[in-house]
Amino acid sequence: MSDKMHIKLNVNGKDEEFLAEPRELLIHTLRERLDITGPHIGCETTHCGACTVTIDGKSVKSCTMFLAQANGAEITTIEGMGEPDNLHVLQSSFKEHHGLQCGFCTPGMITRAAKLLEENPNPTEEDVRFGMAGNICRCTGYQNIVKSILAAAAEMNSAKEAAE
Amino acid sequence: MKDDVTREDRIGALGGMGCERKRVEDARFTQGQGNYLDDVKLPGMLFGDFVRSPYAHARIKSINTDAAMAIDGVIAVLTAEDLAPLNLHWMPTLAGDKQMVLADGKVLFQGQEVAFVVAEDRYIAADAVELVEVDYEEMPVITDPYEALTSDVVLREDLDPKADGAHGPRDHHNHIFKWEVGDETATNQVMDDAEVVAEETMYYHRTHPCPLETCGSVASMDKVNGKLTLWGTFQAPHVVRTVASLLSGIEEHNIRVIAPDIGGGFGNKVGVYPGYVCSIVASIVTGKPVKWVEDRMENLMSTAFARDYWMKGKISATKDGKITGLHCHVTADHGAFDACADPSKYPAGFMNICTGSYDIPTAYLGVDGVYTNKAPGGVSYRCSFRVTEAVYFIERMIEVLAIELDMDPAELRMKNFISKEQFPYQAPLGWEYDSGDYHTAWEKALETVDYKGLRAEQAQRIEDFKAGKTRKLMGIGLTFFTEIVGAGPVKNCDILGMGMFDSCEIRIHPTGSAIARLGTISQGQGHATTFAQILATEIGLPSDSITIEEGDTDTAPYGLGTYGSRSTPVAGAATALAGRKIRAKAQMIAAYLLEVHDDDVEFDVDRFVVKGAPEKFKTMKEIAYAAYNQAIPGVEPGLEAVSYYDPPNMTYPFGAYVCVMDIDVDTGVPEIRRFYALDDCGTRINPMIIEGQVHGGLTEALAVALGQEIAYDKLGNVKTGTLMDFFLPTAWEVPNYETDYTVTPSPHHPIGAKGVGESPHVGGVPCFSNAVHDAFKAFGLRQSHMPHDHWRIWKTANDLGLHD
Ligand code: FES
Ligand code: FES
Repeated sequence: MSDKMHIKLNVNGKDEEFLAEPRELLIHTLRERLDITGPHIGCETTHCGACTVTIDGKSVKSCTMFLAQANGAEITTIEGMGEPDNLHVLQSSFKEHHGLQCGFCTPGMITRAAKLLEENPNPTEEDVRFGMAGNICRCTGYQNIVKSILAAAAEMNSAKEAAE
Repeated sequence: MKDDVTREDRIGALGGMGCERKRVEDARFTQGQGNYLDDVKLPGMLFGDFVRSPYAHARIKSINTDAAMAIDGVIAVLTAEDLAPLNLHWMPTLAGDKQMVLADGKVLFQGQEVAFVVAEDRYIAADAVELVEVDYEEMPVITDPYEALTSDVVLREDLDPKADGAHGPRDHHNHIFKWEVGDETATNQVMDDAEVVAEETMYYHRTHPCPLETCGSVASMDKVNGKLTLWGTFQAPHVVRTVASLLSGIEEHNIRVIAPDIGGGFGNKVGVYPGYVCSIVASIVTGKPVKWVEDRMENLMSTAFARDYWMKGKISATKDGKITGLHCHVTADHGAFDACADPSKYPAGFMNICTGSYDIPTAYLGVDGVYTNKAPGGVSYRCSFRVTEAVYFIERMIEVLAIELDMDPAELRMKNFISKEQFPYQAPLGWEYDSGDYHTAWEKALETVDYKGLRAEQAQRIEDFKAGKTRKLMGIGLTFFTEIVGAGPVKNCDILGMGMFDSCEIRIHPTGSAIARLGTISQGQGHATTFAQILATEIGLPSDSITIEEGDTDTAPYGLGTYGSRSTPVAGAATALAGRKIRAKAQMIAAYLLEVHDDDVEFDVDRFVVKGAPEKFKTMKEIAYAAYNQAIPGVEPGLEAVSYYDPPNMTYPFGAYVCVMDIDVDTGVPEIRRFYALDDCGTRINPMIIEGQVHGGLTEALAVALGQEIAYDKLGNVKTGTLMDFFLPTAWEVPNYETDYTVTPSPHHPIGAKGVGESPHVGGVPCFSNAVHDAFKAFGLRQSHMPHDHWRIWKTANDLGLHD
């Protein structure tokens, strides 16, 4: 067994510090070490996006990132996106527009969609479809996912306008 | 009491059947609080991982586990030798065959389970898997079912070649069964006498349901109390409990099976897999909880393939297009073990629905099941048992007949539909269709898409193509399908001897809220939302006050689970009927409270009213309270009911689909311009959820028709074992779908519902495929096998000389 590394992370605003083997994959750190089970494992080969989290401002598939590579990073998962009484717009939009069925892809979808809308607050349907192509859903056929994201964008924009 | 809300308001407040109720499941899923199998974490839990065979057919000379056992943190390495004393090295399959849990002397497919490593964490387990040394001696591999039936190579040496199988005599040592329905002599006679006969062979390729969550289990044996708890990705938890009891000898009351949230099933999670058995044995051996979760490659290679049918058809008709007969023969590749998940009496599922939506007087179906060196399975991937195969077959045969007759395929369908007046319709291969109005649905579909206009546009496109003005062809895919779902009547449907009824148990709480438990299990269909809607309408309490619970065998009544679109037809009916029992008791309570005779009160939305005096009433909420706090003469306290529902018949949803596709002949890339789907699933419980099911089913149909396959090379290597090669469409490849409906309720179902989850898949596959065929029809294409991936489409264009 390899030597352990001293790891520091900030996950959903909370500092974490521990020793771990450098070969540990980030998804396992989150799910098994830190009990953050929102991000899921659908493939472990970077294809499905179920494990998507935000690392230092970028969407990352945490199944194919070594924990060692994430050392020092700031990480946001679905658990860090909203509170039960103060949901992220995307969280309520997915419910409103039936953008999920089994829910297994949903944490990755919403985490990715939040990043997409941050980068492009006024996406076209095409932008959404292209920007979400790294996240696979086996249940919904995407139509309502796209609808949920576009509706969330519109809602976020009108909220912004109202605030200005 | 004054009541100034209108009746409409009261109906609205219930959130009952027919409304677009938002899903109650979504709060936890959108916040990352779902509880899926891999989220189950118990103190001291160990991890299991398989050593799998790299060969498709080989004898095992020895297994050396010393190096693996030497790693720190490895607790055990189980092989067939360890399981044999417990008689668990083989297990029964759902199809009456048996399957190796761990390789017993030989392996029969690539990826087969050879040894089970149990370790303190998944990394250590994976390390140890690498160190288990297995000495294999390669044997000849057969991946072609036709070759299997003539080969001297005996795949299943454990079977007596002369003995009958579970479904009667076997013709050859690699033959599993022959299943015949209908009258072959009469059908041949019809063919001989016919004015026109069209013949075609089609291969419905092997594919895989591939839900986003793979399969897994956590077994925890409590040796002190003798109780086993088993969490797992189970579409049929109660059946798993019964099988686990029969296999392990642990009495059924000492086994608790829990299916937590399930990340999609689509048929993948119906079967019983070696991993489940090994996690149980490992927990018994180690005394610790043991988790097993397959990875994606293991999932694609070893659990639950679907399809793999070679179908040969003959269809006969008069010159003016009236169909007179249908002959179908299937060579069914079942892989190394017959582990199909079909009702026991139907070794080819409901393939005998292959006469489709048409009034065909004479028909025959013969199916030969065959062993090969491929993974076992044969599950119904988002369809009722083999119905996708049946519908694909008939919908392609119709297209081929249309070519033979030089007739428009839409018109040919119209001419041969079973008419509305013929229902209940006795089909030639044994089913009695409950209800339908095919002509109306077809007319609506053709009109909405402007079918005539599309054909005119296509004709112009062909001209333009021939004139060199475009390199894109246009295909119009048509499909009219009839599903057969809701298995099923106990008299003819069982799994391992368990009749395929389903159940619902309701408890009304004193304050007028309720819990209902069912024998089914949701995998994304939203049961917690829709079953509460059914109940709200039946018992007059708001759906928001009703909890639906499934999947825990200690609390839920026995049921056969969720697959084959059976939840709404069977458990949905049980729910309605249990609700009616509640209502019947509520009526007695209401009458007592209102001081009138039972017959003098009637149910109205959310209350019982005195007939002719609507101002005198008791709400269901009041009645619920009274059930617990009043001593009512002749009535037991409490308000509970249970119903076990044995359906009198299957239900037969149907639909009309049209796909318009543009195909670039130089790249082979198809572009779906329009997809129109009209579904008739009888009474509609929640239109939002129905639409969602249709979108999802169509997308899985697109996947199967246009690229998804489990392919093997000649050595039995799986060529499509990762998501790099196995096609799952992304948002980028998938179109927007137009959905539509007609409503023809099922006459025998308590609320008239038929089920919908699988219709779009069943109808979608032939529709996409027919669109590809249609695009090339004018250039002479009659049949090309799925999946129509870019390469195959390009090849079709090339073979037709379109690149010259
Ligand atoms: S699990 Fe990470 S991309 Fe699929
Ligand atoms: S909702 Fe099931 S995978 Fe997306």
